[in-house]
Amino acid sequence: MRARDLLHPRPEGLYCPPGDFYIDPVRPVGRALITHGHSDHARSGHAHVLATRQTLDIMALRYGEDFAGTTQTAVIGEIIDIGGVKVSFHPAGHVLGSAQIAVEHGGVRIVASGDYKRRADPTCASFETIQCDVFITEATFGLPVFRHPDAGHEVEKLMKSAQQFPERAHLVGAYALGKAQRVMRLLRDNGYDRPIYIHGALVKLSDYYQNQGIALGELLPATVDRSGKENFAGAIVVGPPSAFADRWARRFPDPVSAFASGWMRIRQRAKQRGVELPLIISDHSDWDELTETITETGASEVWVTHGREEALVRWCELQGIAARPLHLVGYEDEGD
Amino acid sequence: MNRFAELLDRLVLTPSRNGKLKLMVDYFRAVEDPDRGLALAAITGDLNIAAVKPAMLRQLVSERMDPVLFGYSYDYVGDLAETVSLVWPDAPERRPNRPPTLADVVALLQSASRSDGPKVLAGLLDSAGIEARYAIIKLVTGGLRIGVSARLAKQALADFGDVDVAEIEELWHGLAPPYLELFAWLEGSAPKPEKAAKALFRPVMLSTPVGDTNLDKLDPADYAAEWKWDGIRVQATCEAGVKRLYSRTGDDVSGAFPDLVDAMDFDASIDGELLVGDPREATGTFSDLQQRLNRKTVSAKMQAKYPAFIRCYDLLHIGAEDLRALPFAERRQRLEAFVATLDPSRFDLSPLVSFADWDELEALRKAPPHPIIEGVMLKRLDSPYLAGRPKGPWFKWKRDPHTVDAVLMYAQRGHGKRSSFYSDYTFGVWTGAEGAEELVPVGKAYFGFTDEELRQIDKYVRDNTIERFGPVRSVRADRTTGLVLEIAFEGLARSTRHKSGVAMRFPRISRLRWDKPSAEADRIETLEAMLD
Ligand SMILES: [Zn+2]
Repeated sequence: MRARDLLHPRPEGLYCPPGDFYIDPVRPVGRALITHGHSDHARSGHAHVLATRQTLDIMALRYGEDFAGTTQTAVIGEIIDIGGVKVSFHPAGHVLGSAQIAVEHGGVRIVASGDYKRRADPTCASFETIQCDVFITEATFGLPVFRHPDAGHEVEKLMKSAQQFPERAHLVGAYALGKAQRVMRLLRDNGYDRPIYIHGALVKLSDYYQNQGIALGELLPATVDRSGKENFAGAIVVGPPSAFADRWARRFPDPVSAFASGWMRIRQRAKQRGVELPLIISDHSDWDELTETITETGASEVWVTHGREEALVRWCELQGIAARPLHLVGYEDEGD
Repeated sequence: MNRFAELLDRLVLTPSRNGKLKLMVDYFRAVEDPDRGLALAAITGDLNIAAVKPAMLRQLVSERMDPVLFGYSYDYVGDLAETVSLVWPDAPERRPNRPPTLADVVALLQSASRSDGPKVLAGLLDSAGIEARYAIIKLVTGGLRIGVSARLAKQALADFGDVDVAEIEELWHGLAPPYLELFAWLEGSAPKPEKAAKALFRPVMLSTPVGDTNLDKLDPADYAAEWKWDGIRVQATCEAGVKRLYSRTGDDVSGAFPDLVDAMDFDASIDGELLVGDPREATGTFSDLQQRLNRKTVSAKMQAKYPAFIRCYDLLHIGAEDLRALPFAERRQRLEAFVATLDPSRFDLSPLVSFADWDELEALRKAPPHPIIEGVMLKRLDSPYLAGRPKGPWFKWKRDPHTVDAVLMYAQRGHGKRSSFYSDYTFGVWTGAEGAEELVPVGKAYFGFTDEELRQIDKYVRDNTIERFGPVRSVRADRTTGLVLEIAFEGLARSTRHKSGVAMRFPRISRLRWDKPSAEADRIETLEAMLD
């Protein structure tokens, strides 16, 4: 069987004809396999959804209990037969519940990575390399300039700045699913034991992480009565990045705006957003991780999707690995 | 090196002056000699390192990575130093046991010969992490561009040692990197360094604005008045053959005015205003003066067409005698006698303006005899020459600003405290034939309004946005809708860089004209008539 007959792009998403299912479809379909809970990958309105328990929980939290017709839990590492196609889910190390999806049929195995990273992350299971014939890799940070530093060091920068400017609130922009909880956990692992203040948009997901056994310490709502601006002096406040450009941010005294994202590697990006304290913390693989992973999977062919495809395709060519961009539409990187 | 790299990265993104000062003071506290002094020199532009050309950097990187991948990377980042710092291959096996200090890096770079420069640089980049690589490349390509002036760095030193910044400025030109004796003094472990060099800068005396009321309390007989010339305040200091032309913050600007420095044939220190023209015939306008500013090299033609001269205000030093403790009236007499001995094509005296009472002076102030006069100065006849901006002895009484009614076109989000507000405004005036009018941008302003007005404009911007690009919003502005802003400014010059053909000096928002229909805002012709 040819790989492209097992999986190929359609406007709805990546489609498997023999199994009649889609991976991370962007429009409502009959049967969807979902890699993780970020909104560009996990949409509501499918008739049937197969995903890890945690991804299903997260979708229910974000879209309501009736986000799909029926659901089925994929247990990590277990093989599920769908119309003769063997499907299995494996940890991707991206956010809580995230998985790569391996699809095998007619002697061909393809692994769709979804979003993934290789760095240690105390808030989710670590990436596992799956040998395959075709590896479908994300390329969000698919340029040699993206080389993430140690995330612990970035959090130290934040704590140092909070000490240096004790009269100012430190507002950390971090996406609501995954990044926010990871930043909070990194703060705790670095010995930060004061309460962390969070924007309302983070409450449900952070509670869910804590219920799943990921301790985040004392989290308090970042709401103030009008008299209490000084309460946030020296405090660390975490919220979705969009909130900090908004009127919501005015309740804080002379805030230092920080942003936890792989994009903060590029100074001009930080400048454009008015970020004073960039924290280069990413839930995606950097360039070195992408290229190492491609090598480790042993894949003879690589399909590159959402991100900067051309550089990774070029790298594969230089290594003698067949590669092509997979033009999937509709993925907008909510997660970094 | 890592701490220096971190300092640069923080400084460039920290908008507030106080924030920058705090970062520098903490750095001076945490970092030992000689690194902190070298960092200081790098910031003030006093660190001497042979420059590396961009082409050489590209060459080095092309020996180490695929040019296509480098091309993609450079296209994306847009800055060569940053791209190279990021894509440079990590070489853990070539890393020394201890990361290089700033002193290690500077020593290697300064001792490298022209021919082994590239090899030395490559070795340093191998030995460092990404942030340090960026800092190294910025050091060798010249120009840190971190938004910190030499003056601000000196203020940080003053804060660090709890001394007056004037003391630092007075010493500065006699010191050299890594400033060990300066730091020792500021830390209290050594006496104040002796002034060793010749022709040092003397900190300048500045004035405070005349308020609306306090003139009534002052006796006109206690004050001398003179025109306030809108050139560049300078200090011409010569001692034992060393000639220096300083800006009012103590930066040495001699290099930009060789014609004037040539004529500085004396042993004294003069405070005055740098202008262009021939003082015996005609003083140039601000547009003329601009021809001589911000140029790396000054052609002979430029020097002939716009010769620089000094209109003298004060005399601080003559020979070995320090005049600064004398009263103004006495210094003025000495100055008059002294200027009479100088080349009259390069030096003249700023004339005193005689007046009997404040009303007469106000009438003179409102109708100055030359476009480059921006008001009058009042100086107490008995005042000594004091460093800084003492309250009382000297006042500036500026000409009323020009105003124009313009329409808000774009708004950009601010920084720091204002990061959730649209606080930087681009405004325009009408141009084009009747019935086909369009707005042409004529300037940008980001102050002049109260916090309450800022909130109102911010709401207006959010409610009337027609397009967004990053932090900028374009605001509805046509003949029927639009917010009219009364803009005050100090002067107007022709400009080929602006589409409107004019550039405003010091524009700010003086009033919000919610009442005024946008179609009644001013036209470009009104501005053109105000050109200096
Ligand atoms: Zn994601």
